[in-house]
Amino acid sequence: MAGKNEDIIICRCEEVTLGEIREWIEKGYETFDELKRVLRVGMGPCQGRGCREMILREISAKTKVPVADIHPGTFRPPAKPVKLAVLAEGGDK
Amino acid sequence: MFWRRTADVVVIGAGVQGCSIAYNLAKMGVKDIVVLEKGTICSGSTGRCGAGIRAQWGTEMNCRFGLAAVEKFEQLHDELGMDCGLNQSGYLMVAYKDSEFEQLQKSMKLQNSLGINTRVVTYDEAKEICPGLAAEDAVGFTFHERDGHADPFLTTFAYMEAAKRLGVEFLRFTEVTDVKTVAGRVAGVATNRGDIDAPVVVNAAGGYSQFIAKMAGVEIPNLSERHEILITEPVEPGVCPPMLMSFSGNYYIQQRPHGSIIGGCSPEGHPQDYDLGNSWDFLEMMSRTFVRLLPRTKGVRVVRQWSGLYNMTPDRQPVLCEADNVKGFFLSCGYSGHGFMFGPISGELLAQLILGQEPWIPIGMLHYSRFERGELLIEPAVV
Repeated sequence: MAGKNEDIIICRCEEVTLGEIREWIEKGYETFDELKRVLRVGMGPCQGRGCREMILREISAKTKVPVADIHPGTFRPPAKPVKLAVLAEGGDK
Repeated sequence: MFWRRTADVVVIGAGVQGCSIAYNLAKMGVKDIVVLEKGTICSGSTGRCGAGIRAQWGTEMNCRFGLAAVEKFEQLHDELGMDCGLNQSGYLMVAYKDSEFEQLQKSMKLQNSLGINTRVVTYDEAKEICPGLAAEDAVGFTFHERDGHADPFLTTFAYMEAAKRLGVEFLRFTEVTDVKTVAGRVAGVATNRGDIDAPVVVNAAGGYSQFIAKMAGVEIPNLSERHEILITEPVEPGVCPPMLMSFSGNYYIQQRPHGSIIGGCSPEGHPQDYDLGNSWDFLEMMSRTFVRLLPRTKGVRVVRQWSGLYNMTPDRQPVLCEADNVKGFFLSCGYSGHGFMFGPISGELLAQLILGQEPWIPIGMLHYSRFERGELLIEPAVV
């Protein structure tokens, strides 16, 4: 049963499983940004929209810190992916 | 909480420099090493960099460092037991001015004399190396196939994990607030969590190294500039396999093995605000460079932009030495934008210096006293 859950893909952009996330939390990578840097979770096109909450809950389960008190990691622009050609045209200053 | 009061060596900063220095010292037999990091491992400049590794440099010093680092990276996975994401697809240098191409060829002669097999390539060859390239306006190209890029996160974590296995302790969220000295010798550090006495303290604090140096009473002329960078969604491989770099074009662009493309440039105005924010101006300028240079990326989407600090010195070469006036206080900083790629070699050389050995590549000229003497080692090949 546990083995089955471990294969669930949590970060779909970068195809990272629950098992991998738990393995690295266990090794001491206990913040969202550390997991992002070692596993690339949240670095794909959705920028963590799909996986962030689930990963914060996993960190909470290990560290016993409430999800609301865990730093959610850094948010960077753009808010959604934008084509290079559109950006290259510029905008109003 | 257990708090250690002493250590044989305290390393300040857990970027690639700090982790490599700690690992190399432990490998050479030093027992009681602690690395202090004010954030998390690799949360500073290393984790924000463009990830390039090259031996195509314009000074003998940097060529020797670059080649030695390339050779280290080639066997790092085996040595550290963790994949570092090495991808040797070369650096393709693009010159848009005759004087720039002359400089590239001059550097190439120097590189060739030191065993670095850089060569001039034609535009047709350049397009074979980089299939998405459009550079009709370029006057010449040089290429070195052993250059490339690696994953800065995985490389730093690999050093940390290997160092931990050798007994090194890493303390996150631990900020150094003072460096203590007694009668011209370093005596330890004070942190937000307590003091640690140590006969050796290493300043590998990247963008903040000038502040750490000042705490020890050591003046270095380093300044930190914010540089910006972006990454796209992953697309099919082969758009831009090498690191594409131009000094006059002001860009570096590479495609990661899993398909996303990373690009950065030198900022206008050289901001020194220590604010790791993002600007619209960069996004627009860099996007224009992308679509001009790699027209097939027009429909590719940018997913993220971020920034990091270049710790600059007056000659864009590092400070790697022991302080004159504070014995036992060592510095590894001022890499001016290429600290990641030099990490594997500078960590080993500084560990040798700390242990009283002769560094196998001489580093005497990297002492900060060169700035006062006016003996700068100016590196022409920097974006």
